[in-house]
Amino acid sequence: MTTETAGPLGASDSGPTSTGSRTTLILGIVTLFALGVLVLFGLILSPAEENQSDAVRIMYVHVPSATLSYVGCFLTAIGSAVFLWRKSRWWDLVAYASAEVAALFTAFTLVTGMLWGRPTWGVFWVWDARLTSEAMLMLLLLGYLAVRGIAADYEVRAKRAAIVGLLLVPNVFIVRQSVQWWRTLHQTPTLSLSGAEIQGLMLFSLFTGFIAITLSFIWMVIHRFRVAWLEEQVDAEGLDTAIADRRAEGVVS
Amino acid sequence: MLHDAWLIARKDLKLEIRSRVALNQVVPFALLVLVLFAFALDPDRGLLEKATPGLYWIAVLFSGLLAMQRSFAVEAADGVTDALRLSGLAPEGIFLGKTLSVAVQLLVLEVLLGVGVAVLYGTSITGWLLLLATIVVATAAISTAGTLFGVVAAGLRVRETLLPLLLLPVLAPVLIGSTRAFEAALSGTPSEGWPWVGLMSVFAAVYVVAGIFGFGPLMEES
Repeated sequence: MTTETAGPLGASDSGPTSTGSRTTLILGIVTLFALGVLVLFGLILSPAEENQSDAVRIMYVHVPSATLSYVGCFLTAIGSAVFLWRKSRWWDLVAYASAEVAALFTAFTLVTGMLWGRPTWGVFWVWDARLTSEAMLMLLLLGYLAVRGIAADYEVRAKRAAIVGLLLVPNVFIVRQSVQWWRTLHQTPTLSLSGAEIQGLMLFSLFTGFIAITLSFIWMVIHRFRVAWLEEQVDAEGLDTAIADRRAEGVVS
Repeated sequence: MLHDAWLIARKDLKLEIRSRVALNQVVPFALLVLVLFAFALDPDRGLLEKATPGLYWIAVLFSGLLAMQRSFAVEAADGVTDALRLSGLAPEGIFLGKTLSVAVQLLVLEVLLGVGVAVLYGTSITGWLLLLATIVVATAAISTAGTLFGVVAAGLRVRETLLPLLLLPVLAPVLIGSTRAFEAALSGTPSEGWPWVGLMSVFAAVYVVAGIFGFGPLMEES
């Protein structure tokens, strides 16, 4: 698999031939460096908060990953829309890759949120608007991924997944709105914890968190996309090779 | 388009009337759910009456799921899907027709369940206007979303398990909205319920539009 085959993917869609490239390697190194800086500032250099003590450090990864879970959801909707419009396999797989990574980030957000909630609120879970929306986002993404996992032709799967993916965004909006009306209890604005605006080193740590987590997100989506692309190619090529082998057998006998 | 919708809705409803599956299986199931709630909760302490709005809509959702799955199961057999495509009916019309037939079945279910909770849970029914508006809007929301996700899951081997996973999280806002609106109506404070009716109308409108645009591509394949 060293040459790029147009094959069933169509000539306009030229894609990757391996899971990584020089660019992703550099991106990966930068990401690792950013994560190192985040560890340095988040765990060592930044001070503990008055009310939450060390639990506040969870925020430096929790808040960025919550943001990116929504970004991933939007990216899936965009990819689905472009796929339906242009029939581009490339965008379909972008939608798939970002949905999977978004699901991962949503799970991470929920887990870190619970770990933060236990020392701060005394419980792992409260039926707060933001928690409930994030949990619903997780379930919506799992639904999308379930459609991606069905055993059917590529066309069937991609088209159905694209409809579900496209509807993710209106669903998320409506869910958020309804849950907000339903529960407007423990609303604390993101950038002010316990009433006090965070500033100085803590704000910088959060900023570092955004950069590091965003880079990780991009790196993961790119790699997931490339793997998905290669999987599709192996599927398509596998069939071609099998047919060619079978034909060859016929010629010999 | 509307004529096609009418044809499909009439066909589906005629099928339901003749096969009596909805009557013989879905309706008893809905009543069974009401009885099961009574077993799960303590009926003597007024818990059932207090929880009526939520229990009612959960029962509607679960029994409605059966009706929706059936709506597409009848198309999957004997290559009816291909016949539908060959019929030259507009996909939007098929969508609206299916939605209409599901909505009619849901309305029948909702009336029966309403009688059920009034009798079995001893719920006194007040705020008729809000109750009716909630039922109409929630039914529109459930049937449009149900039809669209029904066709997404249709014809797959995993359809029975896939549809609830896709549909129930999407319908969560409708469940919250209809439950709160019912609570507002039954507790005599209808003004708190109307915003929910508005939210569910927006939901239904989004899914009508999504269905009209999405049904075409979904019907083309498979």
